Amino acid sequence: MPTHAEEDARAVPHRTFAWFMLPSILAMVLFITLPVVSVVVQSLFVEHERVMALVETCGPFGCSREARVDTAATAALQAARPLGRFAGLSNYTDRNHLALAEVGRILGQEATLGRKLADLANLPFYRALAFTLTYCMVVTPLAMMLGFAVALGVNALPKLVRGPAIFLSILPMIITPLVGSLILFWMFDPNGILGATIQWLAADPRLSLRASATLTWITLLTYGVWAHAPFSFVVFYAGLQTVPGDTLESAMIDGASRWERIRHVVIPHLAPLAAFVALVQLMDNFRVFEPIVGFSAEANATSLSWLIFNDLVSSDTQQFGAAGATSILTIAGVIVLLIPVLVRTWRDFNRKAAR
Amino acid sequence: MSTALTRLPPNLRLISAALVAIWLIAAAFPFLWTVWGSFKVEADFFSRQDWMSALTGPRTRLQTGGAYTLDGYRGAWIEREFWRAAVNTLIVTVSVTLISLTIGTLGGYALARSGYRYAFWILIAALVFRAMPHITLVSGYMLPFFELNIWGVLPTTIIVLVAINQPFTLWMLHSFFLSIPKDLDESALVDGCTRFEAFRLVVIPVMWPGVITTGLFSFLLAYNDFAVTSMLLSQENQTMVPKIASFLGSIHEEGNVMFAVAAVVSATVPLFILVLFFQRQIVSGLTAGAVKG
Repeated sequence: MPTHAEEDARAVPHRTFAWFMLPSILAMVLFITLPVVSVVVQSLFVEHERVMALVETCGPFGCSREARVDTAATAALQAARPLGRFAGLSNYTDRNHLALAEVGRILGQEATLGRKLADLANLPFYRALAFTLTYCMVVTPLAMMLGFAVALGVNALPKLVRGPAIFLSILPMIITPLVGSLILFWMFDPNGILGATIQWLAADPRLSLRASATLTWITLLTYGVWAHAPFSFVVFYAGLQTVPGDTLESAMIDGASRWERIRHVVIPHLAPLAAFVALVQLMDNFRVFEPIVGFSAEANATSLSWLIFNDLVSSDTQQFGAAGATSILTIAGVIVLLIPVLVRTWRDFNRKAAR
Repeated sequence: MSTALTRLPPNLRLISAALVAIWLIAAAFPFLWTVWGSFKVEADFFSRQDWMSALTGPRTRLQTGGAYTLDGYRGAWIEREFWRAAVNTLIVTVSVTLISLTIGTLGGYALARSGYRYAFWILIAALVFRAMPHITLVSGYMLPFFELNIWGVLPTTIIVLVAINQPFTLWMLHSFFLSIPKDLDESALVDGCTRFEAFRLVVIPVMWPGVITTGLFSFLLAYNDFAVTSMLLSQENQTMVPKIASFLGSIHEEGNVMFAVAAVVSATVPLFILVLFFQRQIVSGLTAGAVKG
């Protein structure tokens, strides 16, 4: 199907295009596409079992034989076949991932819905999924609303103070996520300013992030809104600068109140921007990871990215198989999240091409 | 913009200003607090009696004799060699920014000037890549990098960060190039330039604002990354962010959380300076992506 570009002699010819794109494509194929393939392969393998050897130990009361780990043989096997043993899909179905057997048992048991959900939430993968989705669904809209409110507010400030206001507002977004979460974590420490205030407000001297899962979740969500609202703010603030003035004027002459003007002129004008912001924020929130590390929240809240990280840093053997399986499930989640966007972009492109 | 939105009745103006004030305090106060606290001792910054101690610092006075102390900074930068991490960060961020921009401008230009279907598909693939959590890719790097014996060194991390950054760079530069009229390179071609000469001599000189803005975001990505740098760098090659994380693991034994606080403040300073000087570019970069991306 020829697009309008193919009749357009001014478009970059194929060969030139290829040379210009080559370095970028090479980088993305080598370090994004191939790693995904590598993750798929890894996820089908599990670590070698330790090689056991029967060792005879003789003491004053005779000899006994016992099984010991043969370290040298284990290392040799590991070096010869670094991927481990082939395990098929068992990484995906085991207790640490989709946990099919456990889920079947939980859903089959005679119990209330609440009990079943609680049991599901004890399985590592579903626990992480629950927090990741909650984080996406709560932080994205709240951060956008706060960002919009601040944009309206800053827009009403005198010109002179707008610059400094923007400067302060974008700090939480620009800050390194791990650093930002540590800064808040220290303030929420029971001996820190916010942590002590919360204890005082709740009149509970033992309330702390470590002790309370609810407080941990609320704190992480607060951090999320704090860190992500500036992005919405900047985009909406820039959008406000381009609201058509004459439409507003005529709405005013027609007697529209301030709220009606915001509702019928400003919000429709910003709607495409809001769609863009929502998309970017969903993508970023889905990979929530650093706050869990920064807030040392893993006892009360984990995310999909954190699960992968945890498998990779686990102390004795790195569990590439388990990390790979979680990675593939996470990527599947990202694609599900993106499908509506991809479909829409595809339609837009075809409409443009058909014109 | 018109005054129709900015002119408010007085009471509404007051509410709106109060809301902005609350937000600004929420946005900026944590930084002020931590900077202030980094010059105190741990018993003041994490005071068991009263959080006010962090402001007045009675323990700092008792332990060090002065109202402020540099112990945290001394411990982090000299004793625990945070300066090494700072040097590594400098190398990584500068290299990532330069390489990203070099290969990104070439690619972004080609994408902006080609209307063929494959250009669209490359952009869509870039969008999907942009959405993938970085840590999922990292789990794919580790084993091959171990086998190839390139794990742990700075060049590997630099290339990986460039690649991970590339989808975003391509999108952003592509939208900046779209805003430059085609006629410009057109006339250069008519004058006998090759495509590359037109790109280098005619388009890039007017693209500088876009290049600088994109460069800022490449810098930020490399500077702020934790997933890649914490997994792909060996202990002695660590950059600042994983180094701070490694402080956290070991401070409990030493009771020296102030090293981490000082390191955190140190890592924040360059970002402050960056925003101070490039606020306009950062804002315009975010909106360019929004309006055209």
